[in-house]
Amino acid sequence: MQAFLKTGKISATDKPSSSGIKTSTKKKPPAPWVEKYRPKTIDDIVDQGEVVQVLRECLSGGDLPHLLFYGPPGTGKTSAILAAARQLFGDITRDRVLELNASDERGIQVVRDKVKAFAQLTVSATRLDGRPCPPYKLVILDEADSMTTAAQAALRRTMERETRTTRFCLICNYVSRIIPPITSRCSKFRFKPLARENVIKRLREICEAEGVDVGEGDVLHQAVDTCEGDLRRALTALQCCQRLLGKITADGLIEVTGLVPENTVNEYLSVKNYSELEKFVDKFLMDAYSASQLLEQLSATVVTAGHLTNKQKCVISEKAAVCSHRLLDGGAEFMQLTDLGCTIITANNDP
Amino acid sequence: MSLWVDKHRPRDLMKLDFHKDQAIRLKNLVQQSDFPHLLVYGPSGAGKKTRIMCLLRELYGSGVERLRQETMTFTTPSNKKIEIMTVSSNYHIEVNPTDVGIHDRVVIMDLVKNVAQTHQIDSSGQREFKVVILNEVDDLTKDAQHALRRTMEKYVATCRLILIANSISRVIPAIRSRCLTIRIPAPTETEIASVLHLVCKKESINIPSDLAMRIARSADRNLRRALLMCEACKVQQYPLTADQKVPEPDWQIFIRDTASTILSEQSPKKLGEVRQKLYELIIHGVPPDMIFAGLLKELVKNCDMAMKCQVASHAARFEHRMRLGNKPIFHLEAFVAKFMAVYKKFMEESLGDAF
Repeated sequence: MQAFLKTGKISATDKPSSSGIKTSTKKKPPAPWVEKYRPKTIDDIVDQGEVVQVLRECLSGGDLPHLLFYGPPGTGKTSAILAAARQLFGDITRDRVLELNASDERGIQVVRDKVKAFAQLTVSATRLDGRPCPPYKLVILDEADSMTTAAQAALRRTMERETRTTRFCLICNYVSRIIPPITSRCSKFRFKPLARENVIKRLREICEAEGVDVGEGDVLHQAVDTCEGDLRRALTALQCCQRLLGKITADGLIEVTGLVPENTVNEYLSVKNYSELEKFVDKFLMDAYSASQLLEQLSATVVTAGHLTNKQKCVISEKAAVCSHRLLDGGAEFMQLTDLGCTIITANNDP
Repeated sequence: MSLWVDKHRPRDLMKLDFHKDQAIRLKNLVQQSDFPHLLVYGPSGAGKKTRIMCLLRELYGSGVERLRQETMTFTTPSNKKIEIMTVSSNYHIEVNPTDVGIHDRVVIMDLVKNVAQTHQIDSSGQREFKVVILNEVDDLTKDAQHALRRTMEKYVATCRLILIANSISRVIPAIRSRCLTIRIPAPTETEIASVLHLVCKKESINIPSDLAMRIARSADRNLRRALLMCEACKVQQYPLTADQKVPEPDWQIFIRDTASTILSEQSPKKLGEVRQKLYELIIHGVPPDMIFAGLLKELVKNCDMAMKCQVASHAARFEHRMRLGNKPIFHLEAFVAKFMAVYKKFMEESLGDAF
């Protein structure tokens, strides 16, 4: 982890993983931009003024409460805590931080054994060379919303009892998936979706550093639009586009992000009868577009569409929500699109 | 003697028959020093696997075609032993994690870690990474998909993943945003027809363009099915003629048959008969969602607009329930019963209006 934070390059094998795998690679693989440009100090974090300020106060005081970060993907939650840990512990980060995420075994047994054992260790307030450092360790539970309720419950007492020696930081997308006893023990920070201009500024900096020509920045605007404030996704999309096409273009971005073209969405919204619908759905699926993506874009289009009455908007949006839920449960795309299509036809005929 | 589908599968990226721009882009991708994780998606018979094998050949040379089958054993946290079939060469390994049902997470975690920890012995003239191919990623459990997230980042130095899916609706966004996604649309009918001509030429037989077009149309834009149909045609009658009957898959005929049974009479007795037929379909391994789609397509043909909407919405509801539950027959039958009720009511009302 130190190497990764120092150089800003991912060296996957250096990570203190729970499985304890350590292999040495001489050659570093070309890093994804996302890892290469991960913020190195908390001041580098885009937006999130309040959170950064609080963190800065905590760092200067040398103490940290239990933390709970929540917010949409790609807003800098993991980056914030990694940077903070780096600033707190410097080169002893590896000994003081336990990072667990969804790819590690994280059932109740692990919480009971591993996390508890780690939490119970006492650490000194000085480094090996005698300089002072915070007298506690940090447990980072990334993607905590995928932990089971039982595992979360097992954390409760551990969190309280080991406050003297350990701080916990939970990171999740949906705070509602964390059980209340845990949330009440942490200070919560909400990470807002990033503001447009800041994202664009950051993307531009990175593109310049990589020597990629982005022209006037129209493509950057598009990248931000398609990614809804998710910096990681925007950056990955740009890199994929660069890799695949050798340059960054608007069409390329649509292709790599898997977006459904605008006119297809409009076509779906203006189907007239059942046979047309059947044909559309067949073609849509054969072109391998994603139904959930269509629903997402559809709901955005419906809300702002001028030619629909409020009643129509309500009916279509409600059905879209139902279908999207069914799709997530694994429903067949053909069925759900047909169902929603029927609702759209009925709504169109009955303004 | 192998089937035409395998015999005439393109082995080189430049020899692919359609989506040529994409092939050129993939070739460029291989030539760059770094190679990202890939997520390849498209309907079946669009050529996903063909493209991937071509890509691997481009990466490693002809060594990837020497395949061997192995059975791997994993132990779940609850100490249950599970076995899974893998196909591998010296450079890549291919698995179908959904084979083990809900234990797919263990397979993914262990397999990727296993592969990632072994390095290529002679990395001088080679790529320094191996490739893991995971099939049917969209059917993985959510747990398994979450397990992939960090694994993908952690072992980027020694292994690359190629994920294959039919649709990315069910792939979680976190995975999508870590991969280079490659969409492979199904070939159009003309493209299929031209491939048929090409294959027939290689087999030195003559195919009338009418027949080629007809096969292409009835193959649902599935190239594999088109080639199989074409071969079946040849077996049935040779030389091929323009007005030859194109053999349809049996299950399609059977579903149509079932639909007409439902339409002919709506009564509990008929429902019993339909149940037999549904069982028959399921026993023969036709996936329940295809039965659903087939039934819906056939049943709505005789309905008016309002009823079509009603039927479609019921179908969507029951199909969703079928995914959540584990006995497809209940939900298929529920749909049939519901349709019968709706249809009967509609018929009675329209008859009532007539008098």
